[in-house]
Amino acid sequence: MTTAALATHRPFIARHPSVLIFIACLALFTLLVTILAEGFGIGVISTSFVKTLGKTLCLCMVALAMDLVWGYCGILSLGHMAFFGIGGYAIGMWLMYARTEIIVVQSLANAPLPPTAGEISQGIATQIFGVVGASEFPPIWAFAHSLPLQLAAIVIVPGLLALVFGWLAFRSRVTGVYLSLLTQAMTLALSLYLFQNDSGLRGNNGLSGLQNLPGLGDVPQATVSIWFLWASAFTLGLTYLLCAWIVSGKFGSVIRAIRDDEARVRFLGYSVEAYKLTIFTLTAVIAAVAGALYYPQAGIINPAEIAPIASIYLAVWVAIGGRGRLYGAVIGAAFVSLVSTWFTGGQAPDVNLGFYSISWVDWWTVLLGFSFVAVTLFAPKGIGGLVDMIPSPNRHGADLGPDAGSLREGEADK
Amino acid sequence: MSTLLEVSGVSKTFDGFKAINNLSFQIGEPEMRAVIGPNGAGKTTFMDIVTGKTKPDEGTVLFGEKSRSLLKLSESQIAQAGIGRKFQRPTVFEDQSVADNLMMALKKDRSPWAVLRFRPARDDHDAVAKLAEEIGLTDQLPRKSGELSHGQKQWLEIGMLLAQDPRLLLVDAPAAGMTPAEREHTTDILVEAAKTRAVVVVEHDMEFVRRLNCKVTVLHEGSVLAEGSLDHVTANEKVIEVYLGR
Repeated sequence: MTTAALATHRPFIARHPSVLIFIACLALFTLLVTILAEGFGIGVISTSFVKTLGKTLCLCMVALAMDLVWGYCGILSLGHMAFFGIGGYAIGMWLMYARTEIIVVQSLANAPLPPTAGEISQGIATQIFGVVGASEFPPIWAFAHSLPLQLAAIVIVPGLLALVFGWLAFRSRVTGVYLSLLTQAMTLALSLYLFQNDSGLRGNNGLSGLQNLPGLGDVPQATVSIWFLWASAFTLGLTYLLCAWIVSGKFGSVIRAIRDDEARVRFLGYSVEAYKLTIFTLTAVIAAVAGALYYPQAGIINPAEIAPIASIYLAVWVAIGGRGRLYGAVIGAAFVSLVSTWFTGGQAPDVNLGFYSISWVDWWTVLLGFSFVAVTLFAPKGIGGLVDMIPSPNRHGADLGPDAGSLREGEADK
Repeated sequence: MSTLLEVSGVSKTFDGFKAINNLSFQIGEPEMRAVIGPNGAGKTTFMDIVTGKTKPDEGTVLFGEKSRSLLKLSESQIAQAGIGRKFQRPTVFEDQSVADNLMMALKKDRSPWAVLRFRPARDDHDAVAKLAEEIGLTDQLPRKSGELSHGQKQWLEIGMLLAQDPRLLLVDAPAAGMTPAEREHTTDILVEAAKTRAVVVVEHDMEFVRRLNCKVTVLHEGSVLAEGSLDHVTANEKVIEVYLGR
């Protein structure tokens, strides 16, 4: 038996030590934040920063989806934040409905006659849609009263959208930059549609007050924020395991082969379109779940969140972190979004050049743009590529010396 | 020996250039066939049509006992029906190990759901090991295939082709860039494969064709110029004129 054959008989975790390291780091991080935060710990970290960290975990999750679809399968989708947003809207509808319902029921409780179901519904609709000058529930809110149905919608709506969009695009063999443009068009169209007042989702006001969990009004946000941090960390861990499992097997081989030479994969008998559709839809669902965890922590969602620029940022995170490796995507999303928060939050000190003062709130995007170009040109492996510098026993037969003609590991063994 | 592939009256025009002109071609199972012809004779287009990469303007391509038309099938469906192809330039997945390349090519259910759940069993590892031995790459299994030499890549691709267990192999220039010893090994592999299936070899190297010792089809300007043993076709005056006489 060869070493390769033997290697595959070892357990999953042993073959992919990075998974265990990642899960351990994530658990440690969550424990540390819990101890330092106000909710259950000593209160060194503010609740708003806990929310920032929780949101960052969700961004890491959508970055994993992006890495799967782009880094592994080679589909540069610039529309995955649309699915993220849909997930947020789906959970947001229930949160807003259920909380408004409680308020309306309370205010009607003092009326001489007990309110009818129609009156309550009318009251909720007026509360929610007054801002866009409507007082009727649009059809899209038909399931908003039911948490299970809206939870199902988080998965089903983006899944179906990705399935239909992907089927149309991949069947016509749209690839490369044309597919990227198509996905941009999709997210732009969705955001423009949602900006309209009669879209049924409150136009540019979006959904708000999502941080308040219905029926848990007495629980302080300090506690709720920790709950969401746990939920985000747990889901991120599960997503990481799922992604690692997907890319470690033959499916991972096939999608990487599609990335490198899709025509050749067809002649091997694999239906490239079916694989692309599978991975596109799956990652859309992952993005939507991430969105559904993100927006209750953000408290508000509006159509600007799914503007094309959001998906471009997502690609930038993955590129800077290092595509084609899962931890790279996570590192990229966490690092860039946290640094971005720091720069745009006004905490970064301005640089005074005498004749001009660089204010990072304005100049941060420029710096990010330069970093993206620099990474693409000089370090295509991204931050994750630094891991390759750690000596590892399995170098896949890499060169032993700096010269092109030097011995390779395999030859030196003999 | 029954007819496995029947191409009849096929034509294909690219921007006014007739790449294939009323071409007819038959091969049985098992059989070895060499296809030769000068550059631009339509050899690659012929392979593209059979494997579904190019749709012909007219003509029929039938495959198997049931004479299934290949023209309505996609590339992947044709490959699943039992036609394997090796390209002129070796195309293996360079970022992946030799073992992964072979494992991907193994004849298995190719639907995404089945592949997602697939975990190699002992049988599969054994099949890969056996193939690696056949193509002389046993020591190279864990290596990334991008690190292989040109000849080893050619063999890996032939190994992937055999792993697919196709009924018809289309092999484009298998001996290109190989040393004499490697060529001999390649000949052995192909001759062995042709004992149980149909093999079509496109090759420029006459010495290599002679060693295959099989029926030869000469293509010229998109149609068949001559067919028969190598000695027969090389004695043909038209063949000498367009191809060998230069």
